[in-house]
Amino acid sequence: MKFVDEFRSPQLIAKTGEEIRRLADPKRHYRIMEVCGGHTHAIYRFGLKDLLPSNVELIHGPGCPVCVLPMGRIDDGLSLAAEPNFIFAAFGDMMRVPGTQGSPLEYKARGMDVRIVYSPADALKLARSNPEKHVMFFAIGFETTAPSTALTLMRAKAEGLRNFSVFCNHVTIIPAIRAILDSPDMRLDGFVGPGHVSTVIGCRPYDWIAKDEGKPVVVSGFEPLDILQSIVMLLRQLRSGKAKVENQYKRVVLWEGNRAALRAMAEVFELRPYFEWRGLGFISQSALKIRASYAEWDSEQRFSVPGVRVTDPKAAQCGEVLKGVLKPAQCKLFGRECTPEQPVGALMVSSEGSSAAYFNYEHRKPLLPKSGSANRKSKWHMEPAAKRAAD
Amino acid sequence: MAHGAGGKASRRLIEGLFAPILFGSSAGPLGDAAHIQINGTQIAITTDSFVVKPLRFPGGSIGELAINGTVNDLAVSGAKAEAVVVTYVLEAGLPTHILEAEVRAMADAAEKAGVTIAGGDTKVVEHGKADRMYITTTGIGRLLPGVEISPQSVQPGDKVLLSGPIGDHGITILLARGDLDLEADLSSDTRSVLPLVQALVCEAGAGVRWMRDPTRGGVATSLNELARDCGHGIVLCEDKIPIRDYVRGACELLGLDPLHIANEGQFLAIVSSEHAESALKTLRATPGGEEAEMIGQVCEQPAGAVLVTTLYGGTRLVDMLVGDPLPRIC
Repeated sequence: MKFVDEFRSPQLIAKTGEEIRRLADPKRHYRIMEVCGGHTHAIYRFGLKDLLPSNVELIHGPGCPVCVLPMGRIDDGLSLAAEPNFIFAAFGDMMRVPGTQGSPLEYKARGMDVRIVYSPADALKLARSNPEKHVMFFAIGFETTAPSTALTLMRAKAEGLRNFSVFCNHVTIIPAIRAILDSPDMRLDGFVGPGHVSTVIGCRPYDWIAKDEGKPVVVSGFEPLDILQSIVMLLRQLRSGKAKVENQYKRVVLWEGNRAALRAMAEVFELRPYFEWRGLGFISQSALKIRASYAEWDSEQRFSVPGVRVTDPKAAQCGEVLKGVLKPAQCKLFGRECTPEQPVGALMVSSEGSSAAYFNYEHRKPLLPKSGSANRKSKWHMEPAAKRAAD
Repeated sequence: MAHGAGGKASRRLIEGLFAPILFGSSAGPLGDAAHIQINGTQIAITTDSFVVKPLRFPGGSIGELAINGTVNDLAVSGAKAEAVVVTYVLEAGLPTHILEAEVRAMADAAEKAGVTIAGGDTKVVEHGKADRMYITTTGIGRLLPGVEISPQSVQPGDKVLLSGPIGDHGITILLARGDLDLEADLSSDTRSVLPLVQALVCEAGAGVRWMRDPTRGGVATSLNELARDCGHGIVLCEDKIPIRDYVRGACELLGLDPLHIANEGQFLAIVSSEHAESALKTLRATPGGEEAEMIGQVCEQPAGAVLVTTLYGGTRLVDMLVGDPLPRIC
């Protein structure tokens, strides 16, 4: 078992696609939100939208941590790192995300010491091997990456490593889902629930979505078959009129989550009263802050942070796209002022942002006719009708 | 840095600055080598600089790359490399044995590729002003008879051939830098592609419309450039693109697209449909071409873009690389 190929089997995927078409009531229009940016990316990358009937619509949710990070936070982090003998360490995801004066990569080109790390533990290693410098890890991510930041901080404290700190931007997924459901122009039928986040928090925290809001949730893996199977499970629930939380990603996600990871998070982090999300505005209790007992390793408590607030350009309509009110290409800036190379709005920033995914994989695609069968391998030639449509 | 990564920014730099000033026009398509006429003889000329880090990596080194890279640029422009000249830029303090090893690597690679190293130059810069060593090679070559390479000759219906598995070089370098706690039994694919190109041209002749070695920016960038230059669309079949499991695994883990990863020993060819099958057979029968594949074809749509049909009949666009490929973690 390779854990990848099995979940990409064209035969099984064709079969699951058929099941979706069988289950979808042609008289109904389904709006399903995939919460996670990883799902959005996979849906575009594997062309899964082409396999769905036109009345099953996927709305791309807020689960791209890079996209929802406000520009002011990036400015704050970069302004600290402008101090001499500072190393700014972050995941590759962050490197092209623009602050008002440029992205970390652009700061690097101007001479700032910016390093790409693959885990917070690598940033800690940098601190050990550069004792004369201060290493700041610019932490981003949902509950997926927060435990590794927590464990790294625990290690730093245990070692008494003073030249290391974390600029914490960790956010939590549940308040964001609540904000979206509370939005008046929102109308959703169900959720493809986050996979990686759920490996940490488990499935219980979604209970209220089913019980109070009456919307089904299926926690899903990231392979094409995972996502399609989750849509089948959602359609079955919708058909039966029931709403519950189901776990499609059982090979990875435990119902209870990962207790050790949750313990580490509780040891190091507490909730911020509120935090700003790009495209969604301020959401209360939606982000993590480093506890006072770890103040020495918290960049914000240890250094003076300017606290920059940058409002998003008014013309960028990321909020509407996030809530599914607009499709990425319907945003006024899409593909003109706002491209993955020169992103203006949040959703163009990361390849997991729905606008960037749409731009990269979709928007210049010719209009292929929707076919009933998933087996389109031989369809290299375009039908004349489709050609005209694309012209 | 993005301007050197071979993707969109590189192209903008060339088209926006170099071409208008140096050639007086920004419209011409960008080839791997220039063809010039001297006293009635057509020759191809190209130049390339090598700044790879680390200098040595599984399967090759900067010296080997410097020869093969230039031989390959000439080969895919339809020329056989005859001679190269070399410039070394060395950082003061570079240990002699490291330099010697690279000079030997170049001599070996040149012998293998059948090209003469005709001369060279050395500059030493202060410590800290260069990263150990950079090499520039400039090569001239004679055009292979019966072949005319140009993006304008590419027609809908033509097929896309690829000489072998992609991504080996880029992923090898990424792992050899040691920042990742990943290990794989993988080595760079650096080699001269001239024997394969010669076999292909010998078989398909004028049926070979266009060739390119997909180095920085990978297959996606090379084919996007072609799509733009010829005005047609390129449609690839995902399950036909040869990729080793190690490369695929590393790309999955790091969130990279193998189509954006650099290669140093592969080439792409557009071959007319009537010659495509026999050309593929010939490539596969040539040593080093056993894993060649027909990965797609030229279509009218999407004009100027590259589309991949996924295993499941879905489709996605593949754009040029933007900047360097960056791993995704969160």
